[in-house]
Amino acid sequence: MATNPRPQQQLAVWNDPQAVPYVQIDRVTKRFGDFVAVNNVSLKIYKKELFCLLGGSGCGKTTLLRMLAGFEEPTSGKLFIDGVDMTGIPPYERPVNMMFQSYALFPHMTVEQNVAFGLKQDGLPKDEIATRVDDMLKLVRLQQFAKRKPHQLSGGQRQRVALARSLVKRPKLLLLDEPLGALDKKLREHTQFELVNLQEQLGVTFVVVTHDQEEAMTLSSRIGVMNQGEIIQVGTPKDIYEYPNSKFVAEFIGNVNMFEGRLIEDEPDHVRIDSPELGGTIYVDHGVSSAPDATVFAAIRPEKFNISVERPNQTDNVVQGTVKEIAYMGDMSVYLVQLASNKMVRITQPNTYRHAEDSITWDQTVYLSWHASSPVVLSE
Amino acid sequence: MSARAEAPRRHRHSAGVQLILDFLNRLPPYRWTQSRLVRWGITGRTAVTAIPYLWLLLFFLVPFIIVLKIAFSEARIGMPPYAPLLTWIDGSVAQVNLQLKNFANMFQDSLYAKAYLNSIKVAAVSTLFCLLIGYPMAYAIARAESKWRHILLMLVILPFWTSFLLRVYAWIGILKNNGLINNFLMWTGLIDEPIVMLQTDFAIYVGIVYSYLPFMILPLYSNLEKMDLTLLEAAADLGARPFKTFMTITLPLSLPGIIAGSMLVFIPAVGEFVIPELLGPSDSLMIGKVLWQVFFTKRDWPAASAVAIALLLLLVIPIVLLQRAQAAEARGAHR
Repeated sequence: MATNPRPQQQLAVWNDPQAVPYVQIDRVTKRFGDFVAVNNVSLKIYKKELFCLLGGSGCGKTTLLRMLAGFEEPTSGKLFIDGVDMTGIPPYERPVNMMFQSYALFPHMTVEQNVAFGLKQDGLPKDEIATRVDDMLKLVRLQQFAKRKPHQLSGGQRQRVALARSLVKRPKLLLLDEPLGALDKKLREHTQFELVNLQEQLGVTFVVVTHDQEEAMTLSSRIGVMNQGEIIQVGTPKDIYEYPNSKFVAEFIGNVNMFEGRLIEDEPDHVRIDSPELGGTIYVDHGVSSAPDATVFAAIRPEKFNISVERPNQTDNVVQGTVKEIAYMGDMSVYLVQLASNKMVRITQPNTYRHAEDSITWDQTVYLSWHASSPVVLSE
Repeated sequence: MSARAEAPRRHRHSAGVQLILDFLNRLPPYRWTQSRLVRWGITGRTAVTAIPYLWLLLFFLVPFIIVLKIAFSEARIGMPPYAPLLTWIDGSVAQVNLQLKNFANMFQDSLYAKAYLNSIKVAAVSTLFCLLIGYPMAYAIARAESKWRHILLMLVILPFWTSFLLRVYAWIGILKNNGLINNFLMWTGLIDEPIVMLQTDFAIYVGIVYSYLPFMILPLYSNLEKMDLTLLEAAADLGARPFKTFMTITLPLSLPGIIAGSMLVFIPAVGEFVIPELLGPSDSLMIGKVLWQVFFTKRDWPAASAVAIALLLLLVIPIVLLQRAQAAEARGAHR
């Protein structure tokens, strides 16, 4: 326990070794010529999960999704959905539906016909198709647009048609490629919650690809962070944010201040890092699994700092700096504080009452302090 | 005055253009002409858009009116071989001589009706074959790797570099009794006697399909090439097999291309003269040939003009359809 920085997690399905994964990606590699798009990825996704594949452009997340849908075949490795090996099974025979980034609505069909398309392929009786399409349109609140063509709809409406079309077949697994990417910010936030509600209501397993970390945080039960074709870390949004396993993840998710330093005290219950960049030492109230004297990085999130004019009443984890920039964002303020080593530290403070930010001004000398549990110690 | 009026729009020009305009504005003749033109309501924009209109007026409308005029006049032996529409009696009274008999004749003589119908049949069947051959070709080119696409398109356009007439003549060499095909088949021993192909309706179809195939492929290609391929993936994802996807997605979405290609083949094929003349039987009844015979053999200009006018009116319908298809295509591109 001492060397494990994480508090005991609630028992979740992915922590249960007995649980059978619904989607299993087993050492999958995909090459396009010389380019390795997906490199030896293994992943287990459980039933009713909302799993996000998060990464920058070209990290292989969309390729992985397209392999699940059946548009690409893995160069090596296997994919299992509900225990069935998907190798060689064409897209039209997979129990999977996909919502495309561009929505890919059929322009020559009405909303109704678009949604009915998948059911027609299954040869269902006409009245059943009609009922199911109707129910689906009700669910996404598009009944009054049933007879419209896609080009007569707004972006948000098209997104809902695409969602309805991919859900109407009751797939075992729904793949969503940047589902909210084309929507404006307000609509996106609103739709995020709608999507989560819908997923819980229908109990379908979702795999979402996104480059937007905020979207991933809001939507998912777990996130898989990808970089250069590899999965770097898999965990709940909280895991990923509070306990990143690498500099890459810490920097990719949210903002972070990274201090390079050397372990000078390495005890099971605490460590101390000497960081010339910081101009002092960082006391961390949990052990780390690094060799003593090794070069490490202490990552501290901007909101974990406390900024004050008076020197706070603590001996450790305090440093002095000069305010160089202040950005007032309404709900919070962002400060860029220069340390003695010239390193800039980014700090956010909530504006909990009006004029909360007034006491600190440009070029003022301030004290930065943080709690001993806040730094995350990373070795790479 | 006009220079001042133009002043706020200066920023639209690039630096080089502006330099030239400044120089021109310093020349009194330029300023004079420009101010006159603007006073008459002729700006640069009107001048530019006037060019296509002038072109159509000169090379389409004027000849059409001349032909129309001849169609309503009476044939006579002389030069020109038709009577004037307008004659002066005693140098003061104008007499208009409108002859409708050229048109009436087309209804009375069943030859014309037969020729029109046969031309339409030949053109329609040829169009269908062009579509059946051209669609898979256009599809294959549109889906080929981009480095191949340009080469394949080039191969489609390449025959245009040779004279149309020469290419039709070449078909005589291929189709005749001791031509390429028959010689080859006899050499293999599949046949003992040559198959008569030249001067049959079959040869007309071969000639028309061969000659007009590029006009079918090119619009189809441009339609299929810009089709959103994720639509096909979406259809597959929703459970449609490849053939079903083609029938429900690709085919309906390529309809504007199909219509455009079909019209580009059908319209000229109806009036085709060279191919039936060179490859077809001597008694083949196509309106282009009839027109030629009436004009050159019978030297009846008014009757020939009437045939031409009727043909034009007949083709206006598909041309309107073509325009609609192109408008739909343009709208589709903006989506």
